[in-house]
Amino acid sequence: MLLVVEQFLNGLQFGLLLFLLAAGLTLVFGIMDLVNLAHGSLYMMGAYFAATFVAWTGNFLIGVLLALGATLLLGIVLEFVALRHLYGRDHLDHVLATFGLILFFNDAVRLIWGPAGLALPLPAWLTVPIQIVPGVFYPAYRLAIIVVALAVALMLYIVVMRTRIGMLIRAGASNREMIGALGINIKLLYTLVFGLGAALAGLAGMMQAPILTVQIGMGENILILAFVIIVIGGIGSIRGAFLAAIFVGMIDTLGRAFLPDLLRQILSSTAASTAAPALSSMLIYLLMAIVLVVRPEGLFPASRR
Amino acid sequence: MIASLNARTALVALVAAGLLLLPLYSSITGNIFVLTLFTRIVIFALAAASLNLIMGYGGMMSFGHAAYLGIGGYAVGILANEGIGSGFIQWPVALLVSALFALAVGALSLRTRGVYFIMITLAFAQMAYYIVSGLARYGGDDGLTIYKRSDFGGLINLSSRVQFYYLCLACLFGGVYLIWRIVNSRFGLVVQGLRSNEARMQAIGFPANRYRLVCFVIAGTMCGLAGALLANNTDFVSPAVMYWTRSGDLMVMVILGGMGSLFGPVIGAIVYLLLEEALSQVTEYWALIMGPLLLLIVLFGRGGIVGLLGRLSRG
Repeated sequence: MLLVVEQFLNGLQFGLLLFLLAAGLTLVFGIMDLVNLAHGSLYMMGAYFAATFVAWTGNFLIGVLLALGATLLLGIVLEFVALRHLYGRDHLDHVLATFGLILFFNDAVRLIWGPAGLALPLPAWLTVPIQIVPGVFYPAYRLAIIVVALAVALMLYIVVMRTRIGMLIRAGASNREMIGALGINIKLLYTLVFGLGAALAGLAGMMQAPILTVQIGMGENILILAFVIIVIGGIGSIRGAFLAAIFVGMIDTLGRAFLPDLLRQILSSTAASTAAPALSSMLIYLLMAIVLVVRPEGLFPASRR
Repeated sequence: MIASLNARTALVALVAAGLLLLPLYSSITGNIFVLTLFTRIVIFALAAASLNLIMGYGGMMSFGHAAYLGIGGYAVGILANEGIGSGFIQWPVALLVSALFALAVGALSLRTRGVYFIMITLAFAQMAYYIVSGLARYGGDDGLTIYKRSDFGGLINLSSRVQFYYLCLACLFGGVYLIWRIVNSRFGLVVQGLRSNEARMQAIGFPANRYRLVCFVIAGTMCGLAGALLANNTDFVSPAVMYWTRSGDLMVMVILGGMGSLFGPVIGAIVYLLLEEALSQVTEYWALIMGPLLLLIVLFGRGGIVGLLGRLSRG
């Protein structure tokens, strides 16, 4: 029972983290119609910035805030220098150009920080276990991730659905020419959206960093997961991304935790322990394949046009 | 038109002659490295050519094409590991398994279009990647060493560098010839018609997805052959050959050379891998240059190298 609660929370935490990554991706995809494979690189850069700034300032919170700003800035620069020239081009062009950016970022990181990974140590106040219900303790840091991610998700919802800028973003998604004709600076709007997406990816990277190590290529596996999420959720739909992210996070975590035992019931113990990791990594892709076959537009397609 | 044709034909003839005469150059100068490098290039050129068949002519943007490299390779590796060393068994199995995988992936993926198709092919390739990573008996993550190359009796000796190179080259030329025949056949015209305007083709009465699926399977099988060659070339196969960045590499080769042109992918593979080799000799951080270069190619180099040649000779 204890294990189930813990794994459930782990799944929720991982799902929310994935949502931060997927939200930026789906915003950029839904609004600018840009397939950005380099989104995972921004996640990686966020983690590297955080590790650097935290070590530099000696304070976790200040370091993380600085890193958040740095990722936002990096996103804006990236959009300005490279990606804005890709809007309106073929999706294949996006895939190639941003594939090139991944290569660039991986080697840039190797040049600056070296090939070895970095560690992002947690401050003492985040390492204590917290009693959530009598008898059940959960690490404070993972709890903090859940709280922060939920807060960000709520903020994102309010910004997109309830503010003027959010209205412009949604309008830009449905008809770019029209809102340009109405005197809105669409280029600036796009740059802001991309920066926001970059900051969200960076936030996901720096929150994941203390749990795993900060290393080159950390963004690539998780980027594919984020893509799976936005495809399952329906491209361009933040609500779909949120639900799909929680779903995928749960399946992945619970699969890894309980599949080996489940398989042991039917297979021999050695066969189960070798098959389980592969099977649990596959589960998500299987899920996506099923969703796409049954509903080719995703579960919650954005109601555009 | 004629001028552009000439420039392109000249380049293709030059490349073909160069590839044919390469072992001669290698044996005269004693430079074995160049032969090893070009064996790899020729194999990847075959894989890229097969991707071009579905991407360039069929309009199917598969982001999981490297899966067939791995499947072909693992078919050879696993059979060799189980003591079946004959190439007459290994290779047909490699082709058959690739074809079956392509059939399954294609049948499901072709229900989707556009970016969803890119993503679902990617998902299937990742699934295949995790399956082979989980094959503990065959090395799992670490990969599988192949102690003996495929045995073709007295017909051809794959352990001879030159013979193996010519086998790869023959496969490449054969593959390109096959693609040329397909593209100019009725079947190929239907597939290209589907790329241009699916609704009209369906209105005329062509079963769109059946044509696409056959094309998809042919390309997958061809890439499976490249996989079998690649495993023999490196004497090793690992899940890394089917990781999604490999599929990205293949796509880059196709686009770089010129999508939808017969020899474009071959030239693209040569240029991409030579560039990678040259840059990695200049600096350890070769991707620092390669990445932005790709971006520039996408932004300014429409139609790839072959398209550029066409434009140059036209005006």
